[in-house]
Amino acid sequence: MENNVKNILLAGVGGQGTLLASEVLSEVLMMAGHDVKKSEIHGMSQRGGSVTSHVRYGSRVYSPLIPEGKADILFGFELLETYRYLPMLRKGGAVVVNNLKIAPAPVASGLVEYPDDIPGKLAAAVADTTLVDGMELALEAGNYRTVNTVLLGALSNRMEIEEQMWIEALKKLVPERFLEENLKAFALGRGVKAQDLTKATAIGS
Amino acid sequence: MEKAILSGNEAIARGAFEAGIRVASAYPGTPSTEILENVVNYPTIDASWAPNEKVALEVCIGASFGGARALATMKHVGLNVAADPLFTLSYIGVRGGLVLVVADDPEMHSSQDEQDSRNYAKFAKVPMLEPADSEEARLFTRLAFDISERFDTPVLLRSNTRISHGKSIVNLHDPVEGLPEPCIVRDPAKLVMLPANARRRHPLVEKRIVDLEAWACEQSFNRIEEGEGDVGIITAGISYQYAREIFPKAPLLKLGMVYPLPKDLIREFAARFKTLYVIEELDPFLEEAIRAMGISVIGKEIFPICGEFTPGRVEAAVTGKEPAAAYSCSEDLPGRPPNMCPGCSHRGVFYTLKQLGAFVTGDIGCYTLGALPPISAMDSCVCMGAGISNATGLAKVLPASERPKVVGVMGDSTFLHTGVNSLMDLVYNQSTATILILDNRATGMTGRQDNPSTGYTLMGDPTHVVDIEALCRSVGVKHVQVIDPYDIDLVREVLQTEMARPEPSVIIARRTCMLERRGGAERRPPLAVDPEKCVSCRACLKVGCPAIEWERTADGKGKAVINALLCVGCGLCQQTCKFDAMGESRGK
Ligand SMILES: Cc1ncc(C[n+]2csc(CCOP(=O)(O)OP(=O)(O)O)c2C)c(N)n1
Repeated sequence: MENNVKNILLAGVGGQGTLLASEVLSEVLMMAGHDVKKSEIHGMSQRGGSVTSHVRYGSRVYSPLIPEGKADILFGFELLETYRYLPMLRKGGAVVVNNLKIAPAPVASGLVEYPDDIPGKLAAAVADTTLVDGMELALEAGNYRTVNTVLLGALSNRMEIEEQMWIEALKKLVPERFLEENLKAFALGRGVKAQDLTKATAIGS
Repeated sequence: MEKAILSGNEAIARGAFEAGIRVASAYPGTPSTEILENVVNYPTIDASWAPNEKVALEVCIGASFGGARALATMKHVGLNVAADPLFTLSYIGVRGGLVLVVADDPEMHSSQDEQDSRNYAKFAKVPMLEPADSEEARLFTRLAFDISERFDTPVLLRSNTRISHGKSIVNLHDPVEGLPEPCIVRDPAKLVMLPANARRRHPLVEKRIVDLEAWACEQSFNRIEEGEGDVGIITAGISYQYAREIFPKAPLLKLGMVYPLPKDLIREFAARFKTLYVIEELDPFLEEAIRAMGISVIGKEIFPICGEFTPGRVEAAVTGKEPAAAYSCSEDLPGRPPNMCPGCSHRGVFYTLKQLGAFVTGDIGCYTLGALPPISAMDSCVCMGAGISNATGLAKVLPASERPKVVGVMGDSTFLHTGVNSLMDLVYNQSTATILILDNRATGMTGRQDNPSTGYTLMGDPTHVVDIEALCRSVGVKHVQVIDPYDIDLVREVLQTEMARPEPSVIIARRTCMLERRGGAERRPPLAVDPEKCVSCRACLKVGCPAIEWERTADGKGKAVINALLCVGCGLCQQTCKFDAMGESRGK
């Protein structure tokens, strides 16, 4: 059997909306006719801890976890968490990452520094890196909470799925009253194509 | 046929609905919690949170006595609590089908141990099914009810974190029809487990296992997948997926029922290969049983016994080589441990306990995060309910000088789970320990479920609210008081008084969980640090609030800043700042 399975690893921080994003992503993949598996951890780590979600699709997916070093796309919601999971990426893979720093407890409490220039390090390691100013675009869409949809928009450029299918999946999973801003957020994210290595900024500062 | 992409937990709920269950009862526990949270969406089912797992199972046994199908769900350690009714239920059997779902947590993503629940199936002599994806989770749940009634036995369905919280595609089927209406049927020889009756039931239990073993050899849930090569694989559940990922073409025996084992089928399969791998997470459960049949296999001598499997771990076990990575990060990255939420009512209490030098016998819940730095104020944590009874035992043996330091701590849900029994013992046997109940009006850790003190049922109906103060008084605690955990001075004062008191006392620290579903949590305007007043003393960092960040400054000393998106204005940091640097932000 030919191994045509593709792997997307989402990495972020509990509370960032990674779960909804992975939900929309797997729904779209199912609509496109793929076998799909997704795996993530709920519970303890949700309390501001590091979270990942493994999404795999193809004609037949077995393991719900992406084999180590086999992710085709590393889809990051926060810089440090994206950098942490870089070893999961395969050679020649792509990074789509939100230009956002969230200080983990050891950094917030002044014990250690947040690593310097992660966008630069990612871009140096992986040629195909897209940096998305998710927060800025989400605010443009009308609500900072739509960051996850902005990021999905940016990710959608890397996948061979019609735009209309994404829109249908969003309609199915996003509550009616938030739909409009999310559709806008998706479109704005889809507009992000070129590499844009502006300086990362922390929320709230 | 309709398809949907469902988590294992959603699929189990669907399977139970398709099987026509009338009753479902559970106590939350990761990764099992969402099963009942989905069952409740089917209006034909009475779904409820029980105060603990033993009660949940007993409620289901009652429904089965009445002839209805019933589902109990719990996490692996919950089955320790429910083990007592399970073992006797094995002798009694069922009238309406009864299925107990137990969700293991290999790798301990959210648990205190990684016990392998398959051992319970053997121990209690009941069959156990183990699905490998969401479609099997639906199918096996449905099937488990048929097996339960056909063989007059409770049936265990074992899930785990990857099955329960993983999503894959499921075919939705229509529910069964024509199940009998519940009614009273007296059958004391079967339902009353007096020794004389139990002695007659035990041989039936033994025969049942033999019958199931023979039957299971013919069932499609135990299947041989033909392949190439001379290495055979025996596996089950989630391990099947990793085995297939690494050995896509190997001949493989996939077991859907992991107890009892289809011995003839295993013999037939094993006879074809010189080399047989048994690929299973955690204990060598299949391996030992197959070895006992005189078949030699390769198992735990190469596959890890601790932690969960991943494709890489299975591959490394077989090849002896770690999978190669294309990229690495050379620097040491800061970790990101979980933390109590901004405004969490537990934070100030632990901050104070630490200052008072208390020895905290803690318990399990969000408040266990009080054990992590910078607060580091919990000294023990065993299992639900132990926070109080550990304090009792410890106070018994300490010299009088150290005894006042002992404080037992637990949450409201934990108190109602089993803590109340521990409190009864503490009073009855005249301990002097101080008990703190962190009453945030929710079962927080598992996702803010309702419990008997929140005023709502799982189905969303308003209900009686357990009066925790009155409950404590009624077991004989004379000194019971309720305090606001946001008021640190008060918390300190009350703790000091009660810790010094040579009598049992209960302090209830009450504030609604920030995550509570009905908007009960109070959110105040975010605070801001006045940079003129901040002297860089770092006192506020000791409360470990995620909303406080340490910012570099030109003089190298740094200053505290408050992240306005996270801050809920609880005022805890304000109370720790001697320089009055925190105030309501004026907005910019
Ligand atoms: C026997 C058992 N059942 C279930 C669990 C899962 N569990 C861990 S903490 C917790 C809830 C704790 O709620 P509460 O005591 O109210 O504290 P909170 O998390 O709200 O602070 C549960 C159900 C467990 N660890 N052990």
